[in-house]
Amino acid sequence: MTRGLLWVVAVLVALFLLAPIIAILPLSFSSGSFLFYPLPGLSLRWYADFFTSDFWLPALWNSLGIGVAAAGLATLLGTPAAFGLWRMKGAFRAIAMGVVLAPMVVPVIVVAVALLLAFGPIGLVATYTGLVIAHAALGVPFVVVTVLAALEGFDPVQLRAASACGAGPLRAFFRVCLPQIAPGVAAGAIFAFATSLDEVVIALFIAGPAQRTLPRQMFAGLNDSISLTTAAAAAVLVGLSVVLLLVVMWLQRRGQAAR
Amino acid sequence: MTDTLVRFEGVRKTYGTGGAAAVVGLDLDIARGELMTLLGPSGSGKTTTLMMLAGFEMPSAGRILLEGRDIAHTAPHRRGIGVVFQSYALFPHMTVAENVGFPLSVRGVGRADRDARVAKALAMVRLDGYADRRPLQLSGGQQQRVALARALVFEPPIVLLDEPLGALDKALREEMQLEIRHIHQRLGVTMMYVTHDQAEALTLSDRIAVFEGGRIRQVADPKRLYDRPADAFVAGFVGENNLLPGMIEARDGEDCTVRLRCGPVVEAQAVDCGGVGQSCLVAIRPERIAVAGVTASDLGEGALPATLQEAIFLGDYVRLRLSVGDGGDILVKRPAGIGALPEPGGPAAIAWPEGAAFAFSDAV
Repeated sequence: MTRGLLWVVAVLVALFLLAPIIAILPLSFSSGSFLFYPLPGLSLRWYADFFTSDFWLPALWNSLGIGVAAAGLATLLGTPAAFGLWRMKGAFRAIAMGVVLAPMVVPVIVVAVALLLAFGPIGLVATYTGLVIAHAALGVPFVVVTVLAALEGFDPVQLRAASACGAGPLRAFFRVCLPQIAPGVAAGAIFAFATSLDEVVIALFIAGPAQRTLPRQMFAGLNDSISLTTAAAAAVLVGLSVVLLLVVMWLQRRGQAAR
Repeated sequence: MTDTLVRFEGVRKTYGTGGAAAVVGLDLDIARGELMTLLGPSGSGKTTTLMMLAGFEMPSAGRILLEGRDIAHTAPHRRGIGVVFQSYALFPHMTVAENVGFPLSVRGVGRADRDARVAKALAMVRLDGYADRRPLQLSGGQQQRVALARALVFEPPIVLLDEPLGALDKALREEMQLEIRHIHQRLGVTMMYVTHDQAEALTLSDRIAVFEGGRIRQVADPKRLYDRPADAFVAGFVGENNLLPGMIEARDGEDCTVRLRCGPVVEAQAVDCGGVGQSCLVAIRPERIAVAGVTASDLGEGALPATLQEAIFLGDYVRLRLSVGDGGDILVKRPAGIGALPEPGGPAAIAWPEGAAFAFSDAV
């Protein structure tokens, strides 16, 4: 009885979470021109439009390029940060942890305004570099959290063993620690990429016309002319997210199997 | 003249400011080629001493010399000392051969040379044929052998072993003790071995340093440590011992007469006890005490009347628990199947040869 009730609640919650996504996806296959159900017929015309458009295609490439660069930068910064936090003890660790994880909890709009003010004088507004740095800052906490989780399963005595073998701290990290936490590092990089991929607020504030990302164009597309290509763009984003999620799950299973 | 390889000079280690000292004023020499065991209960400072030599702890004061060079503040990876850890600390993502080859690859040893030396090291610990396995596919004993090969392969001047057999069961532990001893004898490599197991220390060591409360109580070879302990702590910690409290009644140089708290008056060799009127502990090894189911006078002069409380048969020997005088409790060990035992609860007599009883200060 209770079990049945639990199932009903679970299905309702899942519906609540998925319904908006499920609602938009079929529209992208509509042969009509309006955001209405029932669909007049099925076609791939909006996808054809998406993949040939001067409005959408550069945005897709922008999103992918900025995402990869931001994820790379976030991983380069977040992995050593996580390693340092893992080796730290005491009150200072809690403070450092709070600072590193701050972008996760501070409202994005606040970060966006702050970045606009900070980037203005140094000429980083409306540049790729500026947007990559901003998205990397948002991605770092995700890298730190996943790498810290991976380090939980790493025996620190191995670092002593490596140095007793004659390996200095850097070599010990790269040859002993990193190979064992690599699945966690990769998962963190993917989370950082996904964060950049669906970020819209900062993109609205500091991206110039050349740096328009996919979510930014969707936002603009909805304001200007409601075209069902937006639904196709949404479907592309959802598809990318699902692929990334599957990769993370695969990495986590590999990480557990290695232990 | 022994060739000193490692020397600790006035080494101290305190944690935090004003914290308790883990090691207090340590002076110790390790000769080239010897197997020195640091023996002591947990918290006695033996592991801290090993960690300071390995470089994972910094001494608060004093010098640590390796081949005459002060290495107290050298980074661990620049010391060239091999270490075997209790938890093995093998690298799970590398094969056995890669683990053993790691110290060589770090040192830039070429592929062919490395392979040959890895094969030799694996043969030494009898693991040829396991080169391509992963550490987690091996048993605990095999993993510890890999760790030993990894610590030996780069031919360090000294190998440190931190309770390396602590995680193994008793039979395997005894087998590995002999194996470590044989490797030590074959290679002539200096080893520093840390353990809390006194039987292990006696089995393995050329010399043993007994630690307690952050200081060394005695450094001696196993036989001397067992036969002539320097104080009551060593007497009680190394091997089994009867430690009976008493009061010194007379003293003439090395010889003293002690009235035991349980009644009888016995002769003992003074070790570090005080003068007449001072309290002391009299130590007599259980295997040196003779027991007979007769009255005291039958065992000759100096024999004490006793009552057998219980006899525990342990196969190769029998443990006898006897009471002496007023509340004195004495343990006796004797080989099984030799002579008749007195009846439990019945009268008996105990005696020991001259020189088997030692008097120690009880201020431990």
